[in-house]
Amino acid sequence: MIDLVQEILGWVFILAGSAVVLIGGFGTWRLPDFWARLHGASITDSAGVILLITGMCFKAGLTLITVKLIIIGIFLFITGPTAGHAIANAAWVTGLRPTEGDGLQSDAADTPGGSDD
Amino acid sequence: MFVVATAALFVAMIFVMIRLYAGPTLYDRVVAVNSFGSQTVLLIGILGFLSGRPDFLDIALLYALINFVGTIAVLKFFRYRAIGDISQNPQSGGAAND
Repeated sequence: MIDLVQEILGWVFILAGSAVVLIGGFGTWRLPDFWARLHGASITDSAGVILLITGMCFKAGLTLITVKLIIIGIFLFITGPTAGHAIANAAWVTGLRPTEGDGLQSDAADTPGGSDD
Repeated sequence: MFVVATAALFVAMIFVMIRLYAGPTLYDRVVAVNSFGSQTVLLIGILGFLSGRPDFLDIALLYALINFVGTIAVLKFFRYRAIGDISQNPQSGGAAND
């Protein structure tokens, strides 16, 4: 019974993490602005890492592998948002600003068919 | 099911690589490299489970360390144009001329 619950929880977490990683990568590709792309990449760094490593911990059971996975998870959970904050701070200090207004047309974006009504 | 996670990670890595190639500014590329490193750490773990021999997690931990330090080093270099000690003259913003 415990084994069945462990298997099901492992698959649920791994599939959810795969979906989140896919969404984060797609957002990093297609979002129109640097700040929006940073948001899309942060999804992978926070939610994708937590879900996939929790799923792998459920699949591994109580072994040394789980200890290593928890260490990797704690490290990525600390350094991912730190790196994101450092990138955002450097971009802000350099002078990059988010695009505002109605059209939301970034000057360097290559999105076809923007929302300029 | 580990095949599904591996395929999702590969597709996400391809998306991030497209952004790494086409990113207009430097910071887009830094974001793409950082995200690619996180996905590589996850891919190393998932591939260990997929091959039934999850012994590569030390490599994943090492890759996470290198990824974080590399991102911070690139940002610091493009801010101060020096990786070493910059605390001598923080106003000049560059390597000390001695």
